[in-house]
Amino acid sequence: MKTPKRGHREVEHTADWGLEVWAPDLPALMEEAARGMFELMGVEVSEESRCHRQLEIGAEDREQLLVSFLEELLFIAESEDLAFDGFLLKLVDTNLLARLEGGFIVERSKEIKAVTYHYLEISESKRGLKTSIIFDV
Amino acid sequence: MVQLRDLKRLGPYEWEIPVSVRSDMRVPVRLFASGKLLEAIGGDASLEQAVNAATLPGVVGEVLVMPDVHQGYGFPIGGVAATEYPSGVISPGAIGYDINCGVRLLASRVEFAEAKNAMEDLASALDAACPSGVGKGGRLRLDEHELERACREGGEWARKEGFGTESDVARTEEGGYLGGADFSKVSHRARERGRPQMGTLGAGNHFIEVEVVDEVFDDEAARVMGLSEGCLTVMIHCGSRGFGHQICTDYVKKFQKAVQRYGIQLPDRELVCAPLDSPEGQAYEGAMRAAANYAFANRQVLAHLAREAFAKTLRGRSANVHLHQVYDIAHNMGKTEEHEIDGKRRRVCVHRKGATRAFGPGFEGLPPEYRSIGQPVLVPGSMGTASWVLVGTDKSMSRSLGSCCHGAGRTMSRRKAKRSINGGELRRELEGQGIKVRAGSMPGLAEEAPKAYKDVDAVVDAVTGAGIARKVARLRPVAVVKG
Repeated sequence: MKTPKRGHREVEHTADWGLEVWAPDLPALMEEAARGMFELMGVEVSEESRCHRQLEIGAEDREQLLVSFLEELLFIAESEDLAFDGFLLKLVDTNLLARLEGGFIVERSKEIKAVTYHYLEISESKRGLKTSIIFDV
Repeated sequence: MVQLRDLKRLGPYEWEIPVSVRSDMRVPVRLFASGKLLEAIGGDASLEQAVNAATLPGVVGEVLVMPDVHQGYGFPIGGVAATEYPSGVISPGAIGYDINCGVRLLASRVEFAEAKNAMEDLASALDAACPSGVGKGGRLRLDEHELERACREGGEWARKEGFGTESDVARTEEGGYLGGADFSKVSHRARERGRPQMGTLGAGNHFIEVEVVDEVFDDEAARVMGLSEGCLTVMIHCGSRGFGHQICTDYVKKFQKAVQRYGIQLPDRELVCAPLDSPEGQAYEGAMRAAANYAFANRQVLAHLAREAFAKTLRGRSANVHLHQVYDIAHNMGKTEEHEIDGKRRRVCVHRKGATRAFGPGFEGLPPEYRSIGQPVLVPGSMGTASWVLVGTDKSMSRSLGSCCHGAGRTMSRRKAKRSINGGELRRELEGQGIKVRAGSMPGLAEEAPKAYKDVDAVVDAVTGAGIARKVARLRPVAVVKG
């Protein structure tokens, strides 16, 4: 079976959760990582009362940009009970501009405490970019 | 890649990874485990992570690894490393996101036999009294001033607010607070997360368990702790909630720059650190201590709520329904301590991640009644299995920086656990064993299944076999509340 050009899958980790992500470019990689993270959390988003949010995130390098973006989503999920399923992401210089669409969380089965830098590296692959992220749970 | 064949046997329960195994190691790694537990330990990246920890600047003595060790991120869960003041480093990743995650044990004179029929009610009462679940807030809503007081005073803040007694606070590690907490080094985001979560259990592997004292191994120590065979106890496992997670997140990010500034080379970015005497290191230390105090206060509030629920449910069934505190210990913390290392008395920052302090007899910081027996060490099991009460020994001071194991330790990945174990079936299985279960999420329950963990009895046999702890009592679960 042919592997899709972009995607994510859970990988084995003894104590925490691991996510492998691949995509043609960095914005798509970030979107896949966000979708994968919400999946791990067992998040279901309301179809009613949709909301929009814009974020601008800067970082020293692309790994930090990825961690900062996911941390921002975790913070919004905890403090406002919001999660997102629509993503429009683009890079301007080293900043990430994100237009997000989502809604209130109606179901969330598990908690992610943090996004870690453990052996985090975004590397080139045949399909574009790939990385593995470990989440503390 | 570190292999089991790299280990040198020092004794029946002690192993060493010498500095020759990897060129960037500054000190050896000392592992406490039986040969059988070692096989499980070799199955993941625990040893590699311990070797990575041995590269931290200013690390002294040995990096210590407990038998419940398992792979974490950056630093292994079940690892201990001491870095020397003033210029050794402090590493947030070597303490963990859940700063001062820890365990509290309360004990009673209520015999299980007289309360057995009330266990269903007791599980429901504890579940209702102690808010739990993913991201859940509690009944308390602290303002900025109250939050700052909780961060400065820890358990004592909770006691003054009417949650607990002087004896509770006295029977808490460090008297329930770390000096030097610096609230000004805590971000607004952390404060925002911390304000609504005081007095909440959270989710994941956090729990409240009702346990029966199943067997006493040391009559005198058990008597001093107020543990009586056949009587009920309550164990609480939780930490600093989103407040601590955010502080660790903030400083792991800040330290990405600090390592460049101080020219620190590391094998893993999650181990980022800063010298203890640097502005960055001191800022994190102050914020980390604030989170540690928040966690002491959190467990104090939960203990009070659990105590009320316990008394209300069992009143009339027993003459004395009071729960007294046995002890409260942290297992994710950075502590300033003095230890004899390489023949010299040194002031060090002991990073314990998934490992507890286990001071031996005679230590001045222990409550007076515990000075002759040693510090209580609380080792929770994994729902269906036993938990243990141990005490620290003279040998824990000389061999393990006054440290011991913190639990059973995972052996099965969460992914495998949730694919192979059904939460509903597990609940029925536990209920069949006479354990009442209240769980916020069935997939969450499945991930925490007993078979996802090592055999806690084997872990305890390893630390007692190595002489770094002594058995006092084994506890058997009869009701579990999971977040």
